[in-house]
Amino acid sequence: MGQLPAVIVDGVLYASWMFVIAVGLTLIYGVMKILNVAHGSLYALGAYTASTAAGYWLSHGHAPMGSYVVLLLAALVVGLIAGPLIERGLLRFMYGRDEIVLVLVTYALFLILEDFTKLLFGVDPILVAEPYGLLGNLQMGRLIYPVYSFVLVAAAILVGVALALVLNRTRQGKILRAVIHDREMSTAVGINVSRVYLVTFTIGAMLAALGGALTAPTTSVQPGIGAEVIVLAFAIVVVGGLGSLGGAAVGALLVGLVRSAAVHYQPEVELFSVYVVMALVLIIRPKGLFAAPEVRKI
Amino acid sequence: MKLRDTPLLLIVALVVLLAIGLILPQWALSFVSVALYLGIVVLGMALMMRTGLVSFGQGLYYCLGAYAAGTLDHFFKLSDLLLMVVAGALVAGVVAVILGFLLSKYRDIFFAMLSLAFSMILYGLLVKSSELGSTDGFGLSVKTFAGIAISASAVRYTIYAFSAVLATLFAIGMHRYFNSHLGRLAGAIRDNELRVEYMGASVRRVIHLNYVISAVLAGVGGALMAGAIGHVDPETTANWTTSGEFVFIAILAGTGSVAAPFLGAGIFEAVRTFALQYFPNTWQMTLGITMLLVIMFLPGGLWSVFGLRRRST
Amino acid sequence: MAVVLEARNLNKSFGAVTAASNINASIEQDSVVGLIGSNGAGKTTFINMVTGYLTPTSGQVLYEGRDITGLQPRAVTRLGISRSFQIPQLFNTLSVHDNLLVGVGIASRSVKTAAGTGSNEHTQVEQLIERFNLAGYRTQTAGLLPEGVRKLLDIAMAVAARPRLLLLDEPTSGVSADEKFRLMDMVMSALKTEGVTVLFVEHDMDIVSRYTHRILAFYEGRIIADGDPLTVLADAEVRRYVIGEQLHKEASSAAH
Repeated sequence: MGQLPAVIVDGVLYASWMFVIAVGLTLIYGVMKILNVAHGSLYALGAYTASTAAGYWLSHGHAPMGSYVVLLLAALVVGLIAGPLIERGLLRFMYGRDEIVLVLVTYALFLILEDFTKLLFGVDPILVAEPYGLLGNLQMGRLIYPVYSFVLVAAAILVGVALALVLNRTRQGKILRAVIHDREMSTAVGINVSRVYLVTFTIGAMLAALGGALTAPTTSVQPGIGAEVIVLAFAIVVVGGLGSLGGAAVGALLVGLVRSAAVHYQPEVELFSVYVVMALVLIIRPKGLFAAPEVRKI
Repeated sequence: MKLRDTPLLLIVALVVLLAIGLILPQWALSFVSVALYLGIVVLGMALMMRTGLVSFGQGLYYCLGAYAAGTLDHFFKLSDLLLMVVAGALVAGVVAVILGFLLSKYRDIFFAMLSLAFSMILYGLLVKSSELGSTDGFGLSVKTFAGIAISASAVRYTIYAFSAVLATLFAIGMHRYFNSHLGRLAGAIRDNELRVEYMGASVRRVIHLNYVISAVLAGVGGALMAGAIGHVDPETTANWTTSGEFVFIAILAGTGSVAAPFLGAGIFEAVRTFALQYFPNTWQMTLGITMLLVIMFLPGGLWSVFGLRRRST
Repeated sequence: MAVVLEARNLNKSFGAVTAASNINASIEQDSVVGLIGSNGAGKTTFINMVTGYLTPTSGQVLYEGRDITGLQPRAVTRLGISRSFQIPQLFNTLSVHDNLLVGVGIASRSVKTAAGTGSNEHTQVEQLIERFNLAGYRTQTAGLLPEGVRKLLDIAMAVAARPRLLLLDEPTSGVSADEKFRLMDMVMSALKTEGVTVLFVEHDMDIVSRYTHRILAFYEGRIIADGDPLTVLADAEVRRYVIGEQLHKEASSAAH
């Protein structure tokens, strides 16, 4: 029982950065009906770019606090370049094909990007930990956490709130929700669905890259992190309900806490605990926790 | 291709394979064996795809088959190939019967994700299991077939020959299945489940059945692989990336012909071996690009190149 | 006359929406009954409840005296009830012949048929192709057929199950005006040899009055008229809510 606070804090921390990634994934699915396997590669690209850029910045003697700005900029740049390139250059030729075919397309893209990242950044691990320790530590009872971790939590909350506000309060958000609801109808009322897709995918890519950029200082960035992350992101998004932003938050928390509990109490089950949860949720709620209602077919 | 020609052609192919296998060098025997046992797995996937479902977790049964085979030798000193394959088929089959009750309720992305989840559960279990060698796995060897001892130099040919026989049997069986009522029902389910139910058939039962068949095939493939490679580990069997490879080959092969999975597996293995040797850091990219090209230009898979694509794909 | 289908106090609501309200009807064997009403009046909901696609919120459906309320569609089909759909439900990548082959294959394995089993599946398919005039389309892919032919195939599939009660949901919708009668003639003559009770939903009043012995008129989930065609089509409420005043020629000439 003494471990409970640690379990919860660790769980929330883990959930935060997974949320940033998962929310982009679920957004892309909700609007475009594409389960983007390449999301993991975008995460990796974000991590690599951020680490490399921050490392460059710091090694050239610039202000350490500036490294945070560098991290964020790196994520933005990756998203703004990769997003449109992928959407315009590949995905838009595949719309209208079966959902599963689109998953396979993004899977192929994932394979390509994995190696592309290796070509660009090499295969050696990169660790730029300075931004992680820069803000000092926070002591809570017997637990000590770097302040940076809570910056991550704050970032996740910010992203969530910002997305919720945009979707519910702005005109752009309404348009997005219209497309999520019914693409054909949206086209019929004059919405430029093409542009909505481009914007959505780019935002999603930026979020994935942001997830990577924010976690880069906390871990050794190396080949394979994309693959690890994507299956977890799937689990979260499916658990939460495909296309539901609130679901992504709840899913992330659930997955984060379960994983944290496993790590603390029963490390052997860490790896599959998340999938057991996913299987259990799908058994109870076949379409996830916050799935959209079904429409009558006949 | 007329209905009755295919089994004949397959048997001819088998005879040819068995004959030239006697003079092929070891590396060629290995290569063809890989194409055969991977092809068996993909044949099962083709059946599921015909039924409208793509599994992203076929590695679960491939792994179960492989580990069942390995366990027989490693823990029980039973190094019989026939026994290993039977064990692989049985273990995979039993698990599929159980999981099938659940999985037959899901479609599309959810089926794909749930099947993925179960394969990752097995992966996680194995990685953390020190008795089973965790990430390193363990080795095994084949010493007999149906009780008859095999000399060390003949093991490779035995595995090759047995794989060829099984592949032919399964291909012929699948061909006949596709042309039976149940086989046609699979395509109908993929097209319109509602109508199938409204005609009076149980969609779930057919899906469950086909799921078990494809699992058994994957289990056999895994057992053959274990015997051929002499080693089993979680990464190359249960990890989702392996399942992804099966999906890739299945797409490459298409669902039009029972021989296509074997050809697709052969091409895949050739590309992979070649790429791994000369471009170790870009072989995934090669795979990805090939997959995209196939998806974009050959929606019916390889078989559409030969113009022998059946209408129902 | 024996009662083949009976609906007792059927109700169906989806939250605040009432799709069916207190539906009571008794259908006699071998009759041909028309279901009319504007869109959303509850006709398809009625068919959906009878065939098990929807479970009534309350009430019962009895088939040949047996309670079939809430049974799954395939169980209902096995008892001898079959239906066609507003939007044809076909196996779009299969040919016309294969569509029927699958249908006949399923039916012969699961349905307690009216005429009895025994004949070869391929013979049955040929018979259906002939009866529904589909010979010219036999090898064509169902998804690429003209709408009228798709509807025919859809109905043929329903008939393949050898039903004793056949429900047709808008059999002539989407079919061009000059084709409608030909289609109905074909369907009705195909059914004449079978001894089938038929219910069909229809918007075209000429068709309804020509082929039915009896009409049920729906409005806002309720049945507002139930009787022989002449009476129902002259009914004031039916004219107001379903047909429209001007379409009824006798009424407008009487008003002069």
